[in-house]
Amino acid sequence: MKFKFYIVSILLLLATTVFGQSEFPERPNPPRLVNDLANVLNQAEEKALEQKLVHFFSQTSTQICVVTIKSLSGYDIASYTTQLGEKWGVGLKGSDNGILLLIKPKTATSDGQVFTAVGYGLEGVVPDATANRDIVNAELIPNFKRNDYFTGIDRATTVLIGLTKGEFTAQQYRKSVKKASGKSSGGGFWLLLLIFFVIIPAFSRRRRSYGLGHSLPFWAALTMLGSNSHRHSGYFNDFSSGGGGFGGGFGDSGGGSFGDFGGFGGGSFGGGGAGGSW
Amino acid sequence: MKKGYLVLIGVAVFFFMSYSFFKNTYNKMVSMDEGVKASWSQVENVYQRRADLIPNLVNTVKGYASHEKETLSAVIEARSKATSVNINPSNLDPNALKKFQAAQGELSSALSRLMVVMERYPDLKANQNFMDLQAQLEGTENRIATERRKFNQAVQPYNELVREFPRNIIANMFGFKEKAYFEAEKGAEKAPEVKF
Repeated sequence: MKFKFYIVSILLLLATTVFGQSEFPERPNPPRLVNDLANVLNQAEEKALEQKLVHFFSQTSTQICVVTIKSLSGYDIASYTTQLGEKWGVGLKGSDNGILLLIKPKTATSDGQVFTAVGYGLEGVVPDATANRDIVNAELIPNFKRNDYFTGIDRATTVLIGLTKGEFTAQQYRKSVKKASGKSSGGGFWLLLLIFFVIIPAFSRRRRSYGLGHSLPFWAALTMLGSNSHRHSGYFNDFSSGGGGFGGGFGDSGGGSFGDFGGFGGGSFGGGGAGGSW
Repeated sequence: MKKGYLVLIGVAVFFFMSYSFFKNTYNKMVSMDEGVKASWSQVENVYQRRADLIPNLVNTVKGYASHEKETLSAVIEARSKATSVNINPSNLDPNALKKFQAAQGELSSALSRLMVVMERYPDLKANQNFMDLQAQLEGTENRIATERRKFNQAVQPYNELVREFPRNIIANMFGFKEKAYFEAEKGAEKAPEVKF
């Protein structure tokens, strides 16, 4: 009996890990802020939205990401959106200034659902009540009811831009990157040990034993020195573009042309935001 | 003379290696322990946030549904019970966590009963203040689910670290104990429905 139970639970565990992978779409490559996986926008609309959001990102470093999806794989929309945002890393690490607007369009058999997930760093300027009243109920759902996905998304992102404009600036962001890359790992202690146990004894015996062994302990110690110092990774570990920063035009007035969005930055979500259905 | 020198090197190398293992393990345990504590404080924060919302909610509801006293007082009672159960973050054992979870679970069910009752009051549902509170409450339930998930994600690698041989010897020496997980309660995985 017990044995059976174990088998079943192991199978269940396997199933969840296997299917757990495919429930969430992979991070887009090349990175995009507008990901119309359910095909409710046409090319021009998609491009206009992307341009608008990339431009805002290049001015403020705040990432507003829009995703439409066909199925939530049985998840509650709030937790699906939060987990997807966390998985993709929308927003920048440390600032957590990402917003993920997820839309599951209405179909003949299911209700439409929408959720605006707000990253930790923006919970202050986009509180749940505001997200619910001014974004979901005022802009998104009325337009979605008319089947006008573009207008809903466009207006909602405009409201979001207005709310989050003052919160983060490109300068602040640059400072935080500089701080992070200046850190060094402490090898001082090892150097001291090296001197005490290897170099001093070696020198004190130098007169008598020549040749052999001289370089050996030094190298051995050096190897250990190397293995101990952890490589410090910068802020942009997660960028799909391979550790680069933003695309061109960052901070410039003309920045934000189509396609120069550098990637998601590892922002984190705590479950803030609001949603609704229609 | 040469032999003595080699022995000295051997001792030095051995010392280096064991020191390095010890240091890395100990430091890793410390930082992961801190990580678990940090995510625990996040869990407490979001539960506190819910507790803070309740007086406001109760007052708003009172104005419209004054004869639902029983349901309202059940919520208030569950709230005071839930806020009285506190956990010392350095001692996250299964029993303490279970108690905490039970108290918070009671509050969750009292709240969802209140939400069901409020279905009967259309005036209340149309009240802007109430709608905002409702959005906040929903958001708080989402945050609770999120922080609980993150807490479990922080505990899992920590537990692995302190239980694996030979690191468990160091863990025992310095009192790094295994920590408890949040268990999924019946129906608590999903936030209680507060939809209208």
